[in-house]
Amino acid sequence: MTLTQSSPRAATTRPGAPAGRRRGHRRAGIGTLFVTPYLLYVLAVFAIPLGYTVWISFHRFYFTAPGAHAPSPWVGFANYRDVLTDPVVGRSFLNIGIFLVINVPLTVVLALVLATALNAKMPFRSFFRAAYYLPYITASVALVAVWQFLFGSDGLVNHALGGLAPDPSWLVNTHLAMPMIALFVTWKQLGFFVMLYLAALQNVGKDLYEAASVDGAGPVRKFWSITVPGVRPATTLVTVYAIVTGANLFSEPYLLTGGGGPDNSSTSPVLLMYQKGIEQGHPDFAAALGVVLVVLVLAVSLITRKLSERGN
Amino acid sequence: MLRRTASALTVIALAAGTATACARSAPDPADAARSRGPITVWLSNNAQELQWGERMVADWNKAHPDQRVRAQNIPAGKTSEEAISASIIAGTSACLVFNTSPASVPQFQKQAGLVPLNDFPGGAKYIESRSGSLAGQYRSEDGKYYQLPWKSNPVMILYNKKLFAKAGLDPEHPKLATYAQFLATSRTLVRSGATDAAIWPAPSSEFFQSWFDFYPAFAAESGGSSLVEKGEPRFDSPAGRKVADFWNTLYREKLAPQELYPGDALADGKAAMATVGPWAVAAYKDKIDWGVVPVPTSDGRPASEIHTFSDQKSIGMFSACKNRATAWDVMKFATSEKEDGAFLDATGQMPVREHLASLYSGYFAKNPAYKPFADQAQREVEVPNVAGSIDMWQAFRDAWTRSVVFGRQSPSSALHDAAAKTRTILGEY
Repeated sequence: MTLTQSSPRAATTRPGAPAGRRRGHRRAGIGTLFVTPYLLYVLAVFAIPLGYTVWISFHRFYFTAPGAHAPSPWVGFANYRDVLTDPVVGRSFLNIGIFLVINVPLTVVLALVLATALNAKMPFRSFFRAAYYLPYITASVALVAVWQFLFGSDGLVNHALGGLAPDPSWLVNTHLAMPMIALFVTWKQLGFFVMLYLAALQNVGKDLYEAASVDGAGPVRKFWSITVPGVRPATTLVTVYAIVTGANLFSEPYLLTGGGGPDNSSTSPVLLMYQKGIEQGHPDFAAALGVVLVVLVLAVSLITRKLSERGN
Repeated sequence: MLRRTASALTVIALAAGTATACARSAPDPADAARSRGPITVWLSNNAQELQWGERMVADWNKAHPDQRVRAQNIPAGKTSEEAISASIIAGTSACLVFNTSPASVPQFQKQAGLVPLNDFPGGAKYIESRSGSLAGQYRSEDGKYYQLPWKSNPVMILYNKKLFAKAGLDPEHPKLATYAQFLATSRTLVRSGATDAAIWPAPSSEFFQSWFDFYPAFAAESGGSSLVEKGEPRFDSPAGRKVADFWNTLYREKLAPQELYPGDALADGKAAMATVGPWAVAAYKDKIDWGVVPVPTSDGRPASEIHTFSDQKSIGMFSACKNRATAWDVMKFATSEKEDGAFLDATGQMPVREHLASLYSGYFAKNPAYKPFADQAQREVEVPNVAGSIDMWQAFRDAWTRSVVFGRQSPSSALHDAAAKTRTILGEY
């Protein structure tokens, strides 16, 4: 068996080597051709803007009309100092912390449980799969209107709760606004994560479940001992993806709580970047905040990945 | 191979960057100031304004076939200001924008996006002769005009007569002159079940929302003070504190909701009153039976002494304009006495002209509903035309929502903090 396998390095020593090398070069050229559009795309919309953002974050900078000669002096870490001493920035990171603490575990648990249920033979399975996926592909603006109708002061939920309704109401309550956004995003994105888990579940061998059944394991035991470890790579992916998208939260506080209200209790760093950079004309501050966010998200994602893969 | 590919990609990226940089070219100011030819103007998406603008442009084009004007809506954005700012940076703004917010002028000026109108022969004289004493508020700190004050929408209190009657109040003589009367009327409106809210301004934290709750009331209470005067914030004062306490009472007693209404609360019958300008007359014509009164003051001053926020919009000429001589002529054409009359007739909004009520007395005799707005237009307060204007408004708004709307700080200490922050911002610019 091993004799029939030849490594690429071994192949180059055979008499037909020049032709093989040409073929290899040609294939590499075709490969390069295929990846070039994507590389250009990454350069244009990610690498160059990111590099420019880092440059802006170290300068006193504002956007000007073409041909205008505005000085952009080097200011070292001054923009970072402004960012790190701004109480609203601190509040926005705390808000994201609250968001992630609620959103990420809820997403992982609900998505896995639902995917396991939807993977089993059950009536109307396709309908349920589509139903969970529907919020994910529906525009946030439309869903926000539904939530405002449900959770507004005069909304359906408060009518149902009567005297037990919170005061101030859900979306204008400093303690409830961010948890409400976390719940909204969890519900909206659940369908996508369920799909990821459903795909992962197809790779868990059925023979494992059969063997466990023979050994007398019940559904809960099989879930803990076979399903959970079997989809661990997917759990890592779901966790990291949920953290990254959560840290980039924008639409929901922008639309659901009227621009990060009440009193900045649902402001997110990305919303703040938009307000400072676009609305208030401070792209240097926004750039420094963006760099801080990128570094923090990278760090949290790496730690999460390490922790979730530790058992592998 | 990889190194060669990386080098090629770098070259392509540099070429793309250079091409983009070249696309951002600007016209030579001296040549552009003398140049005539086709231009583009942007109009707001208000239906009546569009109707007037398209007719005005058609008249111009008929008389000047060699200098054709193309009218377009301002590109879509959350606000016109964001769309205009983006177009300045890209070098794609129209020659003239008939909806330039005075609060954004210092920022556009800093971005080198605006053409100073003093550079045209007789520029300053034209603005001052048209707008009289009102013009001074629109001069920038360097003494130049970067905007032509065009039209105002003096903010007053519009109320729904039907809801007042439903609450057992006299809709023809509403008691809304003093703070005590306004609050008592509001309590009756809400507690009678006639309406969900007495008044429902946006409680959200965008910097410009204070123009429709605090600022008109402050202009009235202070006798015409601006947010900042002679480099000093004016709102941390007895007048500012009275206004803040008044609005805080409305929020605390749930006469004004803390939530953003997803629509038009007055038109939907969810609120009995709103702070609006004369644009609302046409907008609410077929929706509600309305009345209008001046903004209240603590002691109920007579209407003839009450100031308010102008909610004014200017015409700006933008630096991307290549045919500025034509643009300046169009600006004067669109703000001539005849066109101002046509604009008033089409929209009900007030051209920023001295002696407006007497100049167009025929119009106001035919349309008495607009007369209170015309009278009010003679006592308007503009946003301060200083660098850092938006930063100051944001600092103020943050303090306002924290204290007045949500009660997390006392209004007086929040105003004090906002004043300190305003001084810092003024010092930085």
